[in-house]
Amino acid sequence: MIGRFLVSFVSGLLSLAIPVAAQNTGTDYAAVRPATPFAFPADHGAHPRFRTEWWYVTGWLKTADNKEMGFQVTFFRTRPPVDEKNPSRFAPTQVLFAHAALSDPSVGRLLHAERAARAGFGLAEARTGDADVALGGWFFRRESDNRFSTRAVGADFALDLSFEPTQAPFLQGEEGFSRKGPKPEEASNYYSLPHLRVSGTATREGKALPVSGEAWLDREWSSSYLAPNAAGWDWTGLNLDDGSALMVFRIRGLDGGTVWAGGSLRRPDGTIRRFAPEDVFFTTHKEWRSPRTDALYPVEQTLAVRLPEGERRFRLVPLFPDQELDGRTGGLPVYWEGAVRTEGGRGYLELTGYVDPLKM
Amino acid sequence: MALATAKDARTPGLLSARLALRWLIAGEWRAHPARFLATAIAIAVGVALGFAVHLVNGSALASFEGAVRGVNGAADLAVRATSPLGFTENLYPSVATTEGVADASPVVSLEGEANGARFSLLGLDVIRAASVTPSLVGLRPQGPDTENDAVFAETVFLSDAALAATGAKIGDRILVSANGQSHPFQLAGSLPGAGGEQALGVVDIAAAQWRFDRLGRLDRIDLKLTDRTAAEEALNTILPADAVLGSAETEAAQGSALSRAYRVNLDMLALVALLTGGFLVFSAQSLSVARRLRAFALVRTLGLPRGGIIAAVALEGLFIGLIGASLGLLLGYGLASAALRFFGGDLGAGYFSGAGNRVVFQPVAAFVFFLLGLLAALGGSILPARAAARAAPAAALKNSGDMLDPRAPVPWLPALVLVGAGALVSLAPALDGLPVLGFVGMALLLAGGVAGVPWLARKLLGGLVRLPGQSVPRLLAVRHIHGAPGEAATALCGIVASTALMIAMAIMVTSFRTAVDEWLGQVLSADLYLRTAGGPALDPDAQNRLANVAGVGRIAFSRQLPLTIQPDRPPVTLIARPLDASRSDPLLVLIERGDDLPAGAIPVYVSEPASRIYNWQPGDTIALPLGGSGNRFAVAGIWRDYARQAGAVVIDSADYSRLTGDATRDEAMVRLAPDARFEAVADGLRAVLPPTARQSAEVTEPAALRRFALDLFDRSFAVTYLLEAVAILVGLAGVAATVSAQVIARVREFGMLRHLGLSKTQVIAMLGTEGALLGLVGGVAGVLLGAVLSQVLIHVINPQSFNWTMDTHVPWGTVVGVIMALIAAAALTAMIAGRRATAQSAVLAVREDW
Repeated sequence: MIGRFLVSFVSGLLSLAIPVAAQNTGTDYAAVRPATPFAFPADHGAHPRFRTEWWYVTGWLKTADNKEMGFQVTFFRTRPPVDEKNPSRFAPTQVLFAHAALSDPSVGRLLHAERAARAGFGLAEARTGDADVALGGWFFRRESDNRFSTRAVGADFALDLSFEPTQAPFLQGEEGFSRKGPKPEEASNYYSLPHLRVSGTATREGKALPVSGEAWLDREWSSSYLAPNAAGWDWTGLNLDDGSALMVFRIRGLDGGTVWAGGSLRRPDGTIRRFAPEDVFFTTHKEWRSPRTDALYPVEQTLAVRLPEGERRFRLVPLFPDQELDGRTGGLPVYWEGAVRTEGGRGYLELTGYVDPLKM
Repeated sequence: MALATAKDARTPGLLSARLALRWLIAGEWRAHPARFLATAIAIAVGVALGFAVHLVNGSALASFEGAVRGVNGAADLAVRATSPLGFTENLYPSVATTEGVADASPVVSLEGEANGARFSLLGLDVIRAASVTPSLVGLRPQGPDTENDAVFAETVFLSDAALAATGAKIGDRILVSANGQSHPFQLAGSLPGAGGEQALGVVDIAAAQWRFDRLGRLDRIDLKLTDRTAAEEALNTILPADAVLGSAETEAAQGSALSRAYRVNLDMLALVALLTGGFLVFSAQSLSVARRLRAFALVRTLGLPRGGIIAAVALEGLFIGLIGASLGLLLGYGLASAALRFFGGDLGAGYFSGAGNRVVFQPVAAFVFFLLGLLAALGGSILPARAAARAAPAAALKNSGDMLDPRAPVPWLPALVLVGAGALVSLAPALDGLPVLGFVGMALLLAGGVAGVPWLARKLLGGLVRLPGQSVPRLLAVRHIHGAPGEAATALCGIVASTALMIAMAIMVTSFRTAVDEWLGQVLSADLYLRTAGGPALDPDAQNRLANVAGVGRIAFSRQLPLTIQPDRPPVTLIARPLDASRSDPLLVLIERGDDLPAGAIPVYVSEPASRIYNWQPGDTIALPLGGSGNRFAVAGIWRDYARQAGAVVIDSADYSRLTGDATRDEAMVRLAPDARFEAVADGLRAVLPPTARQSAEVTEPAALRRFALDLFDRSFAVTYLLEAVAILVGLAGVAATVSAQVIARVREFGMLRHLGLSKTQVIAMLGTEGALLGLVGGVAGVLLGAVLSQVLIHVINPQSFNWTMDTHVPWGTVVGVIMALIAAAALTAMIAGRRATAQSAVLAVREDW
């Protein structure tokens, strides 16, 4: 989800100096269409004809001494509207971003790091055909043994993780066509890989700690914009202990109401229950005010979803309150992206648009 | 306690003589306030000149370094192209992944122009630059519509200085030209990090490569490092011949190296002005001591120790020094501000174009110049005081002051030793590229010359003394100076020093100017010169069109571009032009020719400065960072060049094109066909130029170029002339002061002469003659000394500082004029002082006692 937000923010940054075509006609973006079947592993790879795309891993880690931490590693690809006639190898036809964050309760706030580069010269590439994104020493790719692996190095932490799929891809929306607003073109191609088994190391203060855990991969690509009256959104992805996976999002309007909502639950037997906008409710229990940005985040919420067997409630409790990612010095937006637990499961909660309404 | 008592017992005088000292000094100040003030001003002028020159140079360098930092965006290190041709962009990924390199920002760097304003145009990858050189990343104005990333044209960001110069507003579409191409860009914002004075424009690197014909090339890769040592080591192994590793320091060193010799020379001249001030203090204090010899003798007999006399005069010197040096610092700061305003940071020499104009105060320099001023005043006072203290009190009491003994031999050995030492020291090679020993030699020669003035006076006047049938006043005057040449020398030392320096500079500048003029005459042999600005605009097509313009007899195209040989040295100018081995080329005024060139090497001709800087001799095989590695170049000859101080290398046009693949040219030299008119041909040439180049192209006649070059020459020496003039004025003021003091001290002598029957007019005539003789001796001594010093300037200082040589040409008019002016000034002041001195009655004068 955040990808959409980030990419739009970042395209603002890009427009600082990246030449954009005089008219949008120069850039022919592919459109997301319903009932387009996915093909793997090709759809793990990049879709360069779409405007934006991301590989978004969030999850929980446990060290040898049973300490829990949250993490996220994200790679974005965006295709700025540049003049495609430019023969320069520096022409920013594709731009890649990555960021990584570690939620360590003993630190009490996020450690995070960013990378960005225009694709090219072998320094930053998002390959088609299979997951293989590399950017300044960071990467996310699928190995020959079907596991995904990633590496992200920041100033005060590093992550070297591999993710073993335990379930088939979880197609969001209508067989991967996920609507994001009232208009049909406000949509994305979206699948998730929940219940990824994590192994690897997390490096803190120069020490590489072996870690294990469970993660969630979101893959999304799209060319269209968010509804103009949207202010931000709340998103959560939960790995439930019984093997089911739940993804719910709500797009908030400038007036505070809900513009759009949706999500789905995949049960252990593989059956999927999809939610219409009216099937999803959020209730705030605890708010946390950021001392840095003065933003007020609903960090503890109850999520209610309507199921055939009746309403089911999930109280989302954060690992710790201050999981705000203030990337403004690195040219990134401010938002809250944190590890949360619930009865019978764990996952991530994302809260955007609480500092300023997002303009796109 | 005991110790203090013992000390007191040993020096009973100095402490208890405080009253006497105060009385001695205060009395002198009350009696001659103007003289004290004049000597203080002499010191002040010296300090002011030195300090001002230093401040101006320091300020210019600081703003130059600021400009360098501005364009570089404070990267840790950078890979730089050795020439504007750049290097291949394939280097970028290997540099970016080198060990120790955290991030690498590729840069296309061009000379840009928009709305007639010039600026450095950088093509950047904004994402890389944001991490490596954040000050070069543009800022969009904040406003309600700024989040709107809807479509807009290719954008440019301009620094405040460039924005002001173009007169454009943010949001405007402006036509940006560089590298002979033009393209419209939308002015999207400013560069707040670039600093106020730096004219800078930033566009996207892909747009820069595409729109300004630089596809595949980079000029720079700015680096952010994690491990400098590892990075430097690894990078040096992968860099091709046309790229070097440089940092802000090496680039600042480049700028500083170019003007260093010029700055040191100006500093030295200013110090010499200070030295002249010291001589002046010496003159004044010598006289004042001589006049008070009897007073000193009296206080000595009354119990003041010998050291007391020295202490008294030294204290006077200290006061003069304190007042003069303080005044000098203030004056110097004011002078520096004014000079920066009116001449610019390089004092007109053209070293720092576009550098800012703010004085940067330098406390250390201020302290040093203050100290030098103090030392000059103290030295000028203590030397005569020591002589006075040595005089036996009893004899001095009886003596009237002057002792004329024509039989006493004049010492000449010290002068000879000093001059000899000076000559030897000047022959020494440069230290660290600076002619330090040359200047030491000049100082020794100067001291020796001044010390030799008494001997010269005796020799010059020896003939006059023996000349029969002279008028009484003339005889008296000649005999006075012949008999007391020491006194004459005291009066003259300041003026001899300043005249010598002025003559030396005048001879050097005349020689230099004559050499440049002659050289220009040889070099500017074509009838018409065409030059395009803002990149090489003449592609083969354009060259063809130009060659076919009616009235063009012969046309030769050339390309000039800077080529970095060493990263911390200013680049040499590489000139690619057709070389015809069979015909002698007028541009190449060869000093030396290399025979037996190594086979397979590409012949190049190096200029005299290039040959001296890089030690390239004819026949040598040298490496040039041109067209990949593996090419060998051979020095086919050394040519004279006064235009490019950093050196130049001429290569044949065909060789250049073959090595670099660059077929464009930026200059053309045209020989007109018979009967062709300059204007018509110039118009014809302009008409066939590519449209982008038409506006900026300059078509000039050789005469205009020659005028321009000589103008530039004169402007760069303007400050030198100014310093000389001040030195001369200080010297003349010194002559006037000392002559009048000496005259007034001789009041009793005039009374006696009147008693013996001389008329007042005759006495004044005698004084006038004496003054004229003094001026003559001073002038001749100054000119002789100046001629010697000029040889040091021409053959030592100039080659060592600027790497060019020349023949000597003497400006006879200036020489004669200076001597005449000296004679007139000295004679006039002596006569005016004499009128005052002879005003009182003869009887009173003889009776007058001190």
